[in-house]
Order: sequence, then structure tokens, then C-alpha cells
Amino acid sequence: MEKLLSAFAIGETGTVRAVSGTGKLRRRLFDMGVTPGAVIVMKKRAPLGDPIEISVRGYELTLRKDEAACVGMEV
Amino acid sequence: MKKFALAGNPNSGKTTLFNVLTGSAAHVGNWSGVTVDRKEGVYKKLSEPVTVVDLPGIYSLSPYTPEEVVSRNFILDEKPDCIINIVDATNLERNLYLTTQLIETDVPVAVALNMTDVTEKRGDRIDAAYLESKLGLPVVEISALKGKGIHELMKRALAASKEKRQARTVCGSGVGELIENIRGSLEAKGVSSPLFHAVKIAENDEIDVGAYKDEAKTVGQFKKEFSDDVFGDDFEALIADSRYKYISGELSPALKRGKREKFTPSDKADKVLTHKIFGIPVFLAILFAVFHLTFSEDLFYISAMAKGLPSLDELGLDTGNPGVRLLACLYDGAVFSPGVMLTNLLSLVLDGISGAAGGWLSSSPLWLSGFIVDGVLGGLFAVMGFLPQILTLFLFFSVLEDTGYMARVAFILDRIFRRFGLSGRAFMPMIMGFGCSLPAMINTRTLSDERERTATVRVIPFFSCGAKLPILTAVAGGIVSVFGVGNADVITYGMYLMGICTAIATVLIMRNTTMKGKVPPFIMELPAYHVPRFGSLMVHLWDKTKHFVKKAFTVILASTIIIWFLSSFSWNWQFLPEEIEYGGETVLANLRMNESILGSIGMLIQPLFTPIGFGSQLASAGWVFAVAALTGLVAKENVIATFGALAAFVAGSYIATEDGVAETVAMISATGITIPGLIAFIAFNMTTVPCFAACATAKAELPEGKFRWTLLFWLCTSYTVSCMIYLIGSWWWTSFIFAAVAAAAIVLTVLWNKRIISFGKKRVGEQ
Repeated sequence: MEKLLSAFAIGETGTVRAVSGTGKLRRRLFDMGVTPGAVIVMKKRAPLGDPIEISVRGYELTLRKDEAACVGMEV
Repeated sequence: MKKFALAGNPNSGKTTLFNVLTGSAAHVGNWSGVTVDRKEGVYKKLSEPVTVVDLPGIYSLSPYTPEEVVSRNFILDEKPDCIINIVDATNLERNLYLTTQLIETDVPVAVALNMTDVTEKRGDRIDAAYLESKLGLPVVEISALKGKGIHELMKRALAASKEKRQARTVCGSGVGELIENIRGSLEAKGVSSPLFHAVKIAENDEIDVGAYKDEAKTVGQFKKEFSDDVFGDDFEALIADSRYKYISGELSPALKRGKREKFTPSDKADKVLTHKIFGIPVFLAILFAVFHLTFSEDLFYISAMAKGLPSLDELGLDTGNPGVRLLACLYDGAVFSPGVMLTNLLSLVLDGISGAAGGWLSSSPLWLSGFIVDGVLGGLFAVMGFLPQILTLFLFFSVLEDTGYMARVAFILDRIFRRFGLSGRAFMPMIMGFGCSLPAMINTRTLSDERERTATVRVIPFFSCGAKLPILTAVAGGIVSVFGVGNADVITYGMYLMGICTAIATVLIMRNTTMKGKVPPFIMELPAYHVPRFGSLMVHLWDKTKHFVKKAFTVILASTIIIWFLSSFSWNWQFLPEEIEYGGETVLANLRMNESILGSIGMLIQPLFTPIGFGSQLASAGWVFAVAALTGLVAKENVIATFGALAAFVAGSYIATEDGVAETVAMISATGITIPGLIAFIAFNMTTVPCFAACATAKAELPEGKFRWTLLFWLCTSYTVSCMIYLIGSWWWTSFIFAAVAAAAIVLTVLWNKRIISFGKKRVGEQ
């Protein structure tokens, strides 16, 4: 099933299918290991609901929902 | 001398390794991007000495933040003899991503596999020999923290630096032919590291596409005929993917994972610290504790609860006795906080030195002892007096940074900061501003967006720094004792709050007018928590102390001497201070400061301050406030120091107290300034152009040409804020006028931003 990373529930796991977005933002996501094929676990939301914390390639990364909406996932 | 560069991800232990190698004091931290500029040192234990350069941490050679540009430029332009690529063994996959880019340059590379002791403890095993054979680079296991494997690493690096290394890339499939084409064309042009640039051009890297337009066109041509099953013609994704594929396919057999606990200690700590409900209260409690431990004069609230404990004097102790004086640094009617204790101890020492110097100079000419004791020592010590509290505050922030908590603070607060057009990362430099603006402004380099950086640098001075605190306490104390209203602490806290509100308001204004732009993205690593290391904390503090002492002995020393000169001499070179009797001692006091050069300058500019409450409406001696504000432009420490000098003049006798309250009282009674005028005076000093040193830092950190506007911004903000405070405080109904003006401004800005109205000029970006 296809789903955006921003729609993930806490504890949900999936594989990155594609990364949309443009320029520096997209580049940064790639550099931080969010590339097609990477396995991502949604860990938690910040106290105010945004940003989110994910686990990718063995470490913890935080990004906003807006940015997570650029990451298409396969569940 | 050979030059080695240390390159690696943030938090990989680069700076710790640098300190072990060079024995020098560089800044270490756990906030991604603490090394804000490159540092150099020398490693002497090889057959020849080697210069080691510590570069800011980077995730990739496609730079994202200004400090990542520093690292890339150093590697490409200054061509070190060897890159020591420090790789965090606990986070192998992402760390090796940078390695796959470094091997594309022509520079020799040696890999330092750091934190292997931690991986072993976890039960993981990494086969360094396997990695070495696959990467074709020397790979040495080290522990920077414990100093293991360091010499071996340097020996291998030296050997590697003597051989020419063949640049290679792991990006083969599909784009390999294109990259080889571009590489050939760049090599023919004599470009160094052609393979690296070829890959970057194929990746559509901003910098390289701009520099090599012909080759970028080749990529466009190639794309038309090329299509990958998965990525289409998206080379950026294709190349990033092939790097990670190479790491997980070719290199991952080197890592043998042991059993893994479900929750690491870091996860457990995060359960509380970034908890949905407790996260924010815990953060506020920590912040309060930090400020309380630094500034509180009543650490355990014993005095407040017991309705006043006896002071040492009341206990019948002889306050002249050295032992009792020492005790008074720790307790005097209340137990002080560590920050206050240190301040008291230092001022005891400094007073001793001043006293001794005064006695020693008692037989020398009047102007000479005045120059040494008041001009040089007085000014220097006034500044040095703040060092303990600034250091204490800094120590606590370093601990929070070292443990990795600061990154979580950004995570928690991002949502709030986004409302003002900033990211959670802007929190760190702003909170550092409460200590000192200088390191705070330098820290803005970790922000990726230029407009966000500029806006942050501009508002940092509004977070009232340690040097502005004495202005607050002295004037607030003066207000309470003269007018008998309120509570000095409430006024002080209120002014801190005023500074924060000014920062919020001006950021909002800037982000909607001159610094418009999308909210910068927030993609940040949350490093694993670890216990702060004593050694690196001391390195932090030592760094800070050096910086501060340097500032005290250069710009502040020079400025206090100038101020002393201007206030001690009249236009016809007459030396004004004279010896008078004060409390049984003979002291030097300047009772004719109105005749001095500084006094006449003050009288000249006094009318400028009329709309903000301390100008022409004051009695004849009213120019003293103008002079104090003027000297504050050099260093805010000067304001209260100037109060001390001016109080002698207005009161007609010598006054000297620790906290400056009596001096302020004398100035209030002599000038007849009102409460709104005094509050406006504090507000003006808090929000106006910061000290010389901060201005120099801002000029260096801001983009070209922005500094002039920043100066104007500070002047306008301080004038507007203090004018509002004075007018509304004096005539409450003027608040309606301000509200109307603000409302009109907001409406106009919104309409303008929505392009409903325009002011004749064609708008930028519209064409």
C-alpha cells in the first residue's frame, strides 16, 4: 500500500518508494539517508504535534510533517 | 609541513580526535555543528610534524549550511595532503555515505573508525580489514575518547599522503558512461579532482552546475536518451541511491550485529525528555534551574521562606575580618547560587588588587594614579566581574549541548518557532544570547537559510546578555528605593520579557517585509544522549575565558581609557578629579564632570533623547543619562561604570557601591527623571546597538552589505520601543495612538503582501 510518511502512525514501519520536493530540501533528505529502499520507523511526534522523529539507517532523524509529506512510502 | 584535514559527520568525535592529536583546546559539542570554523594544530609524534585541520562536521559534500561550505571549499581548494575521514562505528551506514564522496576527489583518504569500544560493548563487531580491502583505503580502528589507535592512524595517514591515490566512484550503473564523459572533458581543461566535479554535475549540484555550464548541458543531452527503470532521469536520486546500495551491499558484511536491546538508554531518556505532556514542562524547569543556579541571590529560598535570615553583620561578625569576608561571598542573609558565589569571590580578589595598586601609587602624581586605578584597572575589573556568571551560564549550556539535549529542545520548540518564520534550531543561538551575544552570533552558522540567519543575528542582542544585567539591577534597585514602588526582581524579569517580546515582534515584522521567504526546512539528526565529558567541558570554558579576556584587554581596555580621558579632562587640558575625604579615606573624585569633554558631548546630544524620556525634560544634570547610554555603545559594562563616575558629580560627593543602586539613586534625585523615563532608559540600552565586539561579530557573520541595515534596524527598534514605553508610561491614552499605528501598519503589510495594493514602484520578483 502506498502512503506518505507524514500520514504514518507512531510505531509504523515502511520502505521509501520515492522522494518528491525540490532543490536543497530533497538533496538533504537523500544525504541524510532517506533514499528509495530505506526502511523507516516512525518513532514519535514532538509535544506540539510537529515535527516528527523517525529512525532511518540506524539513527534518529527529525523532520517536519511538511517535509515528511515529500516522502512516499510503501507499507 | 604536511597538512591533514579531519572530515566527518557532526557528532562523529572529530573534535575529540583533534584535541587528542594536537593537545590544543578546541570546542567540542554534541549539538550538530559546534565546530563553527576550522581550527588548526600540530601533531608532533611522527617522523615529521604534521598540521591537523579540524573541519566543521558535514553529512555530504553537497553543502547545505554555511559551515558545510567551509569544509567543502577546504578539501577542494586547499588540497590537504590527506583527509582523515572519521567514521562513527555506531552509525556506519550514514557515515560511510560521506566516504563514498570523499574517494571521488584526488586527495588521499584514511578512514578512522571511531567509537569501536562502544560498538564492542554493544556486542557488534566490525571487520576493519574487510572494509579496508573493499574501500581500498587504510582503515584504522580508534577510540578518540580513550586515545586508542591514534598513533597507528597517523602513521597510516602519513604513508597514504605519500602515494598518489586513484579517484574512484561507486556510481556505476547507468550514469557511469556520462560521468566518465564529463570527467574526461574536465580533465582536458585541467580541472583538479575532475571525477568529483563530474559526479556533482551529474547530480545537478548548484555550485558545480554554475561553474561548468558546458558540461551541465551534456547532462541535459544525456538525460533525453536515458531512462532508468526506477528513477527515470532523476540522477540526483539515482546517485544517492547507488551510494547507499554500495554501502549496504558491498560494505555491510563488515558489520556483525550482536543482540540488540529493544530500547537503548537514549530511547528511555527520550521517553521523559521529549514526552508529549512532560516534554515542555521539563524543558522549562531545566531552563529555570540554569538561570537560578547562575543568578539567584537566594539559592534555596530559605531567606524568602524564613522572612529574612540574619546577615553576617547582624550576627555580630566583624565584616573587616578576611575570613568573614570570604564567608560573605557564600552567605550573607541568604545562601547564594554558585554563579553569585564565584562573582563575589572574584570581586574580592579584584578589589584587593585595586586597593593595593592605589596604595602603591599614593605618592605618584594625581593624574597617574587616577589613570591606573580608575581608567585602566577600574574599567578592566568592571568587565572581568561578569566573567564568573557568564562562565557559569555557559557551563550549563555546554552540559546541555554535550549530552545531546539541545537538539531535543529544537525538536520540542520547532512548532513554536515556525510561527515566527524560524526553525527550532534558531533557539540555540537565541538562548546563548542571554550569556553573551558573540558566541551566539557565531552559532547562527548552523542555520541553513540565509534570511533566517540574518533575522536571528539581528534579534540576538534583544536577549539581554550578562553585561546588561547590571544595568537592570542597578536601575530597578534605584526605582524601588527612590519611588518606593514595586519589586526590583519583578522589574528585572519584566525587562527580560520585554526583550523577548521585542525579538518576537521584530522577527515577525522582518519575516513579513524585508526578510520574506518560506519557513526554512527542519531536517536534523537527534544524536544519542551521552554523559558529558569533563575534559571537553573544561575545553569549552577555557575557550570562552580566553575569548572574554582577550575582549577585556583589547577593545574594552581601549574604550575605558578613552572614556576616562574624555571625562577627566576639560577642553583646556585641565585635570578635573580631585582628592576628597570619604568615609575617613582620601579618594579621587570627579565633581566637575560637567566641564569635561564627555560632559559637553552629552549636553550636545541630550535633546535627541527627549522623546524617550531622558533628554531635555530633565534638570540641568540630565545629560548624564545620555552620556551613560553613549558609553554603552562601546561595551554595556560601561553604563554602570559611567553611572559610578557621574554619580560623584551629581551628588557632589564620592559614591561607590557594589550593585550601583546608590549611584542610580543619586542620579535620579539630581535629574528628576520619572519611572517611565528610567524604564525607557533600560529598554533603550537593552535593544540598541550592542557592544563593539558584538557589532564586529555581526558584521563578519552577516551577508555582504547587510550590516549597515542591521545598525539602522537596532537604532530604530530601540528608539521605537523606548519611546512607546516612555509615552504610554507617562500618558496612558497614547497607547491608543500606538495601537492605531500598529494596526494600520499590519493591515498595510498584509495587503501589500497579498498584492492588493502597491506603492507605485514595480515590485521585485514580479517583473
